[in-house]
Amino acid sequence: MSTDNWTPDQPLVSLREVHKSFGDLEVLKGISLDVMKGEVICIIGPSGSGKSTLIRCINALNPINSGSILVEGQEVHDPALNKLELRKKVGMVFQQYNLFPHKTALQNVMMAPLKVLKQPREEVEKRSLELMARVNLQGKEDSYPGELSGGQQQRVAIARSLAMNPDVMLFDEVTAALDPETVKEVLTVIRDLAQSGMTCILVTHEMGFAREVADHIYFTDRGVIVEHGPPATFFTEARDPRTQEFLSQIL
Amino acid sequence: MNAFQQFFFDLSADHPRWNFIFFYDPVQTDRVLTGLWVTVKLSVTCVILSVVIGLIGAWLQGARSRLVRSLVQGYIQFFRNTPPLIQLLFFYFALGQFTPTYSPDGWLEIPIISNVGWAIISLSFFAGAFNVEIFRAGIEAIPESTREAAESLGMSRLQTFTNVVFPLAFRVSLPALNNNLVNLVKTTTQALAIAVPELLYQMVSIYNDYSTAQYACMVVLFLVYIVLVGILVMAMNSWERAARIPGYGQ
Repeated sequence: MSTDNWTPDQPLVSLREVHKSFGDLEVLKGISLDVMKGEVICIIGPSGSGKSTLIRCINALNPINSGSILVEGQEVHDPALNKLELRKKVGMVFQQYNLFPHKTALQNVMMAPLKVLKQPREEVEKRSLELMARVNLQGKEDSYPGELSGGQQQRVAIARSLAMNPDVMLFDEVTAALDPETVKEVLTVIRDLAQSGMTCILVTHEMGFAREVADHIYFTDRGVIVEHGPPATFFTEARDPRTQEFLSQIL
Repeated sequence: MNAFQQFFFDLSADHPRWNFIFFYDPVQTDRVLTGLWVTVKLSVTCVILSVVIGLIGAWLQGARSRLVRSLVQGYIQFFRNTPPLIQLLFFYFALGQFTPTYSPDGWLEIPIISNVGWAIISLSFFAGAFNVEIFRAGIEAIPESTREAAESLGMSRLQTFTNVVFPLAFRVSLPALNNNLVNLVKTTTQALAIAVPELLYQMVSIYNDYSTAQYACMVVLFLVYIVLVGILVMAMNSWERAARIPGYGQ
């Protein structure tokens, strides 16, 4: 159960029989999946199939009812969990960006390392400027979120998460609120991130992107994983009728 | 007498109902200035204290303990739903009975809280009750998703509050706070009832002594409060402008 026993050859994130209900509504009905270090997985499926709930459970934003979620061997579903330790390892990017509107782009990126990790300001600023460049936002450091486009805000949000130096990044439909032209600039950043070896769990509706970057694709419907596999076979050889129907509507 | 004093002296001679006595009689001028100074001090003190009470109350409303939350709620209901004039009278006459006294000359018994003290306490708590609600509304206006983003970056509840929720909530609260503080400054006149020597008290004393000065006193009272409240509103508006975030909420 402790981090000490975890070695990099074991799954970085491991879910076993995860059940989650909101009141009487069971949204996750026994989800199990493993994500190895450096792996990129995409979770796809119709709306309301529990995809977002699933990744929100991984960084303990939502508690689960039963089952087990291990991040680097540490049980997330544990009342004694040190949430700070978990969230240092797990970065999350939201559909609605959720930037801090009263802080500039650069201040957004710097806030957590300064306040949570208590790192020295000079070092944090240097690294944050590098991150702003990495998400192609040089020159926007002093802009407020309200002055940025959706795509730019989402890239600031990615830089903000990366500033905590996480081991795994969760992306919750990060392009769903964007217009088609700006989707590309965000996906470019995520692609670079994935190719640099960052472990990523993406909930997405961008099938073309999933096919291109994912090592493994999971299709969920009504709280269960219906089918999964590497993209090469998943999109062409889907066996389950529900997957086939979903793919026929989307592709 | 200089020309200014002479003008009002002549005015009162020609029109006895318009006796601006405090503009030519130095004794009355002193009374007005003393009253003005007390009003300013009372207003500033109560504004500051009521904001502090509002902040503490809004913070306590988010407490885990149900007892604490219901105490805050009880406080708000009491002070919001009763007239401030009755609060002043109750604090000074009822609670004033039970406050300890001291005796500087071994003869007189002076309560440690004066009538000015009671006015400050009761007016601050009166306006503070509204401020709690104003700040609470501001805090509730901040979306849960913004809070979640802060938490997912590893911030504690306190860090999230001080770095994210409060700076945003305070901006949201400013216009309503502005209104309530204007009300508070005007309500300080009710301290007249417990003989706090503020401006209205002095003016009433003047026209009790010189009945021809009654209209003049009232005109000057209006003008002074228009200017006093105007200064407060200007200060609050420039604060609102300074706190505005580019591209946010427009």
